[in-house]
Amino acid sequence: MTDASTAKAYFQSEAAAKLVRKRYAAERRFRFYGMAMIAVAMFFLAVLFYTIISGGIMGFQTTSIKVPVPLTAESLGVEQGATPEQLRDIGGFKLTKIARNALYTQLGIADAEKPLKSQADKLLSNGIDTQLREILQNDPAIVGSTVDVWLLAHGAVDPFVKGQIDRNLPEDQRLLNNQQLAWVDRLEKDGRLELQFNSGLFTNGASADPELAGVAVALIGSLFIMILVVAAALPIGVGAAVYLEEFAPRNRFTDLVEVNINNLAAVPSIVFGILGLAIFINFMHLPRSAPIVGGLVLSLMTLPTVIIATRAALGAVPPSIKEAALGVGASKMQAVFHHILPLAMPGILTGLIIGLARALGETAPLIMIGMVAAVFEVPSSPFDPATALPVQIYMWAGMPERGFVALTSAAIIILLVFLLTMNATAVVLRKRFERRW
Amino acid sequence: MSLSILVFLTAGLTFAAYMSGVFRVRAVSGGNLSTLHSRPTYYGAYVALIVGLAALCVMILWLVGENILIRGIIVDGLPEAVRNGPPAEMELALGQIANAAKAGDAFGAEPYVSQLAATYNAVSASSRLYMTIAMFVAAAGGFAVAYSQVKPETRARNRVETVIKAVLFLCSCVAVLTTLGIVLSMLFESVHFFSMVNPADFFFGLTWDPRFSAAGSGGEAGQFGLIPVLWGTIFITLLSMLVAVPIGLMSAIYLAEYAGPRFRATAKPLLEILAGIPTVVYGFFALVTVGPFLRDFGGTIGLDIDARSALTAGIVMGIMIIPFVSSLSDDVINAVPQSLRDGSAALGATKSETIRKVVLPAALPGIVGSIILAVSRAVGETMIVVMAAGVAANLTANPFEAVTTVTVKIVSQLTGDHEFTSPQTLVAFALGMTLFVITLGLNIYALHIVRKYREQYD
Amino acid sequence: MDKRQAETAEKQMVEGAAEAKFVTRGVHVFYGEKEAIKGVDLTIYNNEVTALIGPSGCGKSTYLRCLNRMNDTVESARVTGSILLDGTDIYDKKVDVVQLRARVGMVFQKPNPFPKSIYENVAYGPKIHGLASKKADVDAIVETSLKKAGLWNEVSDRLDTQGTALSGGQQQRLCIARAIAVSPEVILMDEPCSALDPIATARVEELIDELRENYAIVIVTHSMQQAARVSQKTAFFHLGDIVEHGQTEQIFTNPREERTRDYITGRFG
Repeated sequence: MTDASTAKAYFQSEAAAKLVRKRYAAERRFRFYGMAMIAVAMFFLAVLFYTIISGGIMGFQTTSIKVPVPLTAESLGVEQGATPEQLRDIGGFKLTKIARNALYTQLGIADAEKPLKSQADKLLSNGIDTQLREILQNDPAIVGSTVDVWLLAHGAVDPFVKGQIDRNLPEDQRLLNNQQLAWVDRLEKDGRLELQFNSGLFTNGASADPELAGVAVALIGSLFIMILVVAAALPIGVGAAVYLEEFAPRNRFTDLVEVNINNLAAVPSIVFGILGLAIFINFMHLPRSAPIVGGLVLSLMTLPTVIIATRAALGAVPPSIKEAALGVGASKMQAVFHHILPLAMPGILTGLIIGLARALGETAPLIMIGMVAAVFEVPSSPFDPATALPVQIYMWAGMPERGFVALTSAAIIILLVFLLTMNATAVVLRKRFERRW
Repeated sequence: MSLSILVFLTAGLTFAAYMSGVFRVRAVSGGNLSTLHSRPTYYGAYVALIVGLAALCVMILWLVGENILIRGIIVDGLPEAVRNGPPAEMELALGQIANAAKAGDAFGAEPYVSQLAATYNAVSASSRLYMTIAMFVAAAGGFAVAYSQVKPETRARNRVETVIKAVLFLCSCVAVLTTLGIVLSMLFESVHFFSMVNPADFFFGLTWDPRFSAAGSGGEAGQFGLIPVLWGTIFITLLSMLVAVPIGLMSAIYLAEYAGPRFRATAKPLLEILAGIPTVVYGFFALVTVGPFLRDFGGTIGLDIDARSALTAGIVMGIMIIPFVSSLSDDVINAVPQSLRDGSAALGATKSETIRKVVLPAALPGIVGSIILAVSRAVGETMIVVMAAGVAANLTANPFEAVTTVTVKIVSQLTGDHEFTSPQTLVAFALGMTLFVITLGLNIYALHIVRKYREQYD
Repeated sequence: MDKRQAETAEKQMVEGAAEAKFVTRGVHVFYGEKEAIKGVDLTIYNNEVTALIGPSGCGKSTYLRCLNRMNDTVESARVTGSILLDGTDIYDKKVDVVQLRARVGMVFQKPNPFPKSIYENVAYGPKIHGLASKKADVDAIVETSLKKAGLWNEVSDRLDTQGTALSGGQQQRLCIARAIAVSPEVILMDEPCSALDPIATARVEELIDELRENYAIVIVTHSMQQAARVSQKTAFFHLGDIVEHGQTEQIFTNPREERTRDYITGRFG
């Protein structure tokens, strides 16, 4: 046994000093590990954002080639002064030919040089006919004149212009051969080829060509889904929470519901997808690939989040407020709906937004219910086929063309902007209306 | 009549019912409102609730049943050969009919298609008509009953509250119904699956090779061994925990015990951003960044690492789980009473000694609980493994090889071109059931631990 | 209390007393802008119990926590003045806080045994400080500490049970055993009996009186009776300052200051 004096002697000894030094070294090491682990996590976050932003910026731009296109009435096969309807019916083949001929002239390719011409064709997108048709329809009066048009370049050209593909690769490993690259360089030098804002990204639907693909269908699909989630999960979730928190008798059934909600919150999302497939599609025969099914599935998935958040918000309102309301003769229902619920509203909305953000980023259940189809037309109702933003990302990530990598990142940026806005709103709501009783 | 118009109409009717209730009670009270049991608005609300709910119930029930009925009629109208043929062909024909009905043109398909498309349109139009009529009948009936009860002595407020309470109760039943739906739908199809494949072969089979059997060929049954698929899930979860637990736990410790308020205020939200990123983004990150990096890195040190490997998926999933572990552990560590830290410090322990020998042991049950929750999350994660882990069911412990997981197989079996009643598709439900049971067990266990832990320090 | 008075009081205390353990002069403690202690001069002697009394918020606990630098853990706290332990300023840069706390043990208001076994609770301090490395040595320390704390007879057969499973009074004695296991020279007690029932309180008070033989003890208490029962010296704190200090008997029977009299007779506090 060490008594006080031997202990004192020990603490003054060299051995004790050494131990203390060792202990402090351990302290510093431990602290360092903590710091280092946070640094590692931050590093991952930084790399993730760097990858996506650096790759995605390019996706918002696309290469276009400026060519003077002679839109003669003869080549279009219409009469001078044709109506927009007539212009709409011009065959795509004709328009493509006009645009290609304009490019041949620009590049100085003689009419007889068939192989050169077919090589030049590969510089232009497959969507140029649509582009020309739109120009004509917007201004029927230009029939007969020659206009400078920024024609969309082919998806194979884009990565070279953006410097994403090494031009020094052997010719047979490149999508563009030497001749085509020379044309691209010449056009670029002449100021006839440049990167422009990719407005098609926001207005187009699915396409196999990266320069023509867009997130319009996915955006509208996600919008429909979000509306459905708010319309279904908010009232049902708040209703369930109000019942459980304020009215439910304490019995076995209530316990069951509570355990059930807590576990439902942790059920993998893909299981909800299976549920949607089995119940909504195979049993109720709702349309496949439609936002209505996606919305229902994600509503069920979001429900526990809303219920849990609402219950927490209701529970945070001090009982004295309810007692005060009951004290002046309000019924329990009136006390809840007139006093407690309004006070809990910021908390409920915060929970709803967080749940919505989760639903917006959810992919697996939507794949289960068939929202992975290529949809070209923007849906006009929740019953039409559509995709959703995260599913679009998943589909594009699987595309082999180089151009889709940038598009995927761009779509991710769009998704993240939405998510960050939602989360920031939730944080602001919480900060602004947070009350401490 | 389109649905949105019907909804508006119902809303209008409800409002009209409300107004008539209010006017009626004013009239019967003869302007002397103090004779009423409740305020006039409650009489209006009572009538409105009855009318609106009656119409809405009819509409919802009708919509749920409508598609099933119409489908039945169309199936009955199909030619004998198609109806009794392979299910996939029947689905195909039904799809054609639906498209033809929508487009108004069968595009040269067999004659029965355009015929049935017309039937389809006719039936659905009349269905809508009947639905509208049924809704109005229900609304009118409800109105008649409720309106006749608008008398001063009727306890309108109590009735309104009873109805609202019933609606709230139904809301809370939705959660139970969801669980019931999950269990029943998976159970039903799993039983179907096990009628074709021996459960023992499924649960203990070492080979996963479902074969692609085209519709109707029916010969090859394929092997549905769960073990290699489940192993992939376990393996990747394990790898992800090796990443997430040290990083998440140490971060939580640093943030809870060392960090100043300012550092905490910036680092914590940043970590939580990781939790808010959709998993499909992590999948993409694994696919284009981590996978190729590991492959190239392996190449330089002479290791053969597949771009899609257990390691890639494990690392990326680990990153995703970090904030999950750290924020749960943070809560748990903060729940350890300060008095224990003071007690240890007063004995001359350094901060790290206090943390390692007092705080962590005290928080251990809670930390274990949060790690189990994280495991359950990793087990159910889908997108990262779909995009980064591969599809080959390898029973391997080599993290550099591709493995597959339960969730990947659910996705690939359900999105494949198999007919719905083939074991190739139905196995997804058995896998889903397995996944559900595993995660449910983990969650219940973890929540139990965490609750017990919290009670200890409350 | 003016300066001259203080000096005479100090002299009185020094006369016939044992060696001074702590000598504190002009101690100020600030929490951010707020001054919690306003220049406290006090001397604490070996083999005596010094009681610090005073109304809530008077700074007696804050002062106590200066003596083993527990205030270091509070982010905004700042301590000035000199606190000498055996002639060395404990706030000197050369003094190691870890070793200081081994020499100055502390017992808290609410019993705070670690959620470990009784044995591990007591062995914790000696182990981290390297006082004993062999199992037999640790066993010996645990046994003597528990014996000194008067707990050995009650727990010797169940050293493996959780410390938190003991009764409140036992827990507090376990905390005392834990503190004396590192052989401190001074034991600080921050209202050690306020969470205990009267019987447990009596046991702990008895224990304090026994421990006086080997240690200098400083005890913060709300109970005047307790101060009168267990202490030899008493210091009365009010509003962050010492109003009066001296022999316990004298303070309780014949206080010099009006405020002290008012407090001990229960007119305020």
